[in-house]
Amino acid sequence: MIDSKQPVLEVTGIHKAFPGVKALSEAGLRLFPGEVHTLMGQNGAGKSTLIKVLTGVYQPDAGSIVLNGQAIQPRSTQDAQNLGISTVYQEVNLCPNLSVAENIFIGRYPRRFGMVDWRSMRTQAAALLERLEIHVDVSKPLADYPLAIQQMVAIARALNTDSRVLILDEPTSSLDEAEVQMLFSVLRRLREEGMAILFVTHFLDQTYAISDRITVMRNGEREGEYACADLSRLALVNKMIGAPADAEHATDAAAQGEAPEHGDVFLRARGIARKGVLSPVDLEIRRGELLGLAGLLGSGRTETARLLFGADKVDSGSFDIDGREVSFSNPRDAIAQGIGFCSEDRKHEGAILALSVRENLILALQARQGIFRAIPFKRQQQLATDYVKWLGIKTASIETPIGTLSGGNQQKVLLARWLATDPRLMILDEPTRGIDVRAKQEIMDYVSNLCRKGMSILFISSELPEVLRVSDRMVVMRDRKACGEYRRGDLDETSVLHVIAGETA
Amino acid sequence: MSAHTSGTTVKPAAQAAASRTAWLLHPLVRPIGALVALLLVDAFLVPGFFHLEVKEGHLYGAIIDILNRAAPLMLAALGMTLVIATRGIDISVGAVVALSGTVSAMLIGGSTPSTPMAVALAAALGVALLCGLWNGVLVAGIKLQPIVATLILMVAGRGLAQLLTDGQIVTVYYQPFFFLGSGYLAGLPFSLFVVAAVFAATLLLVKKTALGLFIQAVGINPVAARLAGLRTATLITFVYVFCSACAGVAGMLITSNIKSADANNAGLLLELDAILAVTLGGTSLAGGKFSLVGSMIGALIIQTLTSTIYSLGVPPEVNMVVKSIVVFVVCISQSSEFKNILRRSA
Repeated sequence: MIDSKQPVLEVTGIHKAFPGVKALSEAGLRLFPGEVHTLMGQNGAGKSTLIKVLTGVYQPDAGSIVLNGQAIQPRSTQDAQNLGISTVYQEVNLCPNLSVAENIFIGRYPRRFGMVDWRSMRTQAAALLERLEIHVDVSKPLADYPLAIQQMVAIARALNTDSRVLILDEPTSSLDEAEVQMLFSVLRRLREEGMAILFVTHFLDQTYAISDRITVMRNGEREGEYACADLSRLALVNKMIGAPADAEHATDAAAQGEAPEHGDVFLRARGIARKGVLSPVDLEIRRGELLGLAGLLGSGRTETARLLFGADKVDSGSFDIDGREVSFSNPRDAIAQGIGFCSEDRKHEGAILALSVRENLILALQARQGIFRAIPFKRQQQLATDYVKWLGIKTASIETPIGTLSGGNQQKVLLARWLATDPRLMILDEPTRGIDVRAKQEIMDYVSNLCRKGMSILFISSELPEVLRVSDRMVVMRDRKACGEYRRGDLDETSVLHVIAGETA
Repeated sequence: MSAHTSGTTVKPAAQAAASRTAWLLHPLVRPIGALVALLLVDAFLVPGFFHLEVKEGHLYGAIIDILNRAAPLMLAALGMTLVIATRGIDISVGAVVALSGTVSAMLIGGSTPSTPMAVALAAALGVALLCGLWNGVLVAGIKLQPIVATLILMVAGRGLAQLLTDGQIVTVYYQPFFFLGSGYLAGLPFSLFVVAAVFAATLLLVKKTALGLFIQAVGINPVAARLAGLRTATLITFVYVFCSACAGVAGMLITSNIKSADANNAGLLLELDAILAVTLGGTSLAGGKFSLVGSMIGALIIQTLTSTIYSLGVPPEVNMVVKSIVVFVVCISQSSEFKNILRRSA
């Protein structure tokens, strides 16, 4: 029924090469009015590159983009927007210090007698948000609102331009379940209004909850276009990784086993708290143990991790390491005790984008060794080459700036940065956010392997099934408190969900 | 699949073409090109520009003169490079020059020094280090914006120097002190040896320790650098101390060269020339990657330009315009937009 209509956007034969890497070859896409179309693929499959070609960030080497029957060549994001392609990015690209209304109208302020018409701007902004069923004070700074609202503001801004095509690049990666539902109801409304929506995500559940059709990309090519109803999950994963999807099942089987015995307690946190951030939390991690930390966004998971790493200071409570009391006033103190921390915010708190893979990789080790004991260049190259091989990092060379790598590969480099320091405890905060199934699997396999060799891991993830699958023990957090602890064996998704949601089973 | 094979996806022909033009994209090509172009202009228009002669065992010539005159700026540019690499800026350089010059001149005093020269120079350097510490604490400790933090010393430093001298010019008569700024060693101006020594020390510090990597990391992403275990505050304080130390040495060279300390005019606007030298050398004001060699070349471009304009007999009122045009062209040629155009045509 959809196919009888004309596509509003048709992209064919897109080629795009970067130094040393062919990002897209024969990539394509069709978008029809009034549909939600999901773009799926692993990291490095070319999803982001294709989006950037559509929105004018990159110019393709070859290929055509036809919008409403006319060939277009967007030269910049502004250009793409003027043509009718609006984009909401994974990281919200708004100005937190400006008001909600200003953000929606930025660059297109309504004018009256040559002056900005603030009143009309506010009413129009409020009306736009009403359409999305968001009720906020539009004159307040954007930063006053949670990320989900900011995302809606970004969508409202996109809608304000009378676009026919809306691209959402991983909009749900920072949202909790309720917020995702809110987003989806907005998307459904827009779909009824005839908007063509391109949705990029890694979450299978969400794909099936909202999509009409799916385009799968693999190795920079269009693998195929499918009606959502005709494609089973297993088949979809198959098409994404290009191999039978049995990896997940293998680990699932392993998860059925009993919790293994672990060594002595490595780290014990007693009543650590920080005002307005975390209520007192007790935590204990044994040697060689993989402790999962589950809970919704804002439940105190990341906050706990930051205190354990000394990134923020505790107001009260204390730490024991190997039974001896220690205090952390900055990350260096924690690093000296053998703790490593992969932040959830890869771009701002992890990668140093303009530096090479090698430089990023040795940074923590070099910092711990001190400024005067420079790691010899040969040794740096060796370390980088080894980790690139061990973790399967896809990069043109170890001297390539890390910023040019795909998200999953950046994450692997950051993981390697800590592994190179030979840590006794790794804190992994959402290590698999925004990266594809295969890279996720590779990272988790590598990490649990290290666990078996005696390294402790604190694993934080919003994806409950993932936490359940890999953890030896799991602590559930809610409202900035630890509110439940489970050993492997007595874990099951429904009862944990009840704890997270704060209901009695 | 792996990192090693992914490179082969680029066609060999394209790769060969890329490597033929790759040197054009090297960050030092444009500063060096600008300097060579200036020298060519001089070679054709200024008679005897490259002429060198030995008089009384000293080497003389326009080139030597440019190098000698550029010495204070080269020193200031070295310090400024590291500050800019951390996303900072130090506009108090000129004031520190005045202050260190004043302190050294006052302590040495008349024809027989009231304080041993070594002590006087050490005191002047000490004052410069204190100035740097002040800047560093304001930026790294109190987290003032660098331009505001160093603006305080820019005003206060020169004021303090004038207070010390009661607004008078302090003249030095002690002969050995003049060696610093106008003496010769092995036929070359001694100031060149000072610059070479500071340059070599800085280069060693940056390349042989992890300082260079750390400064870049802090300049590009301070949050991530702290989480990776870097002492970001200490690093930032250090670069301001280092910058002031360079300015302090420059102040002594200038004072020795003019045989007096002029709290009003010594090193006036030197910070702006230093920032310009760093920019001309290809270091971005946004912080991160930096080039010490580039900044040295940048300083030489500025001094060569000044000398060229003088020797061509350009009227003083046109002087600034010519200088700004050259600077404009060099800066444009280094912009990323220009590089993109170059890359596309390559």
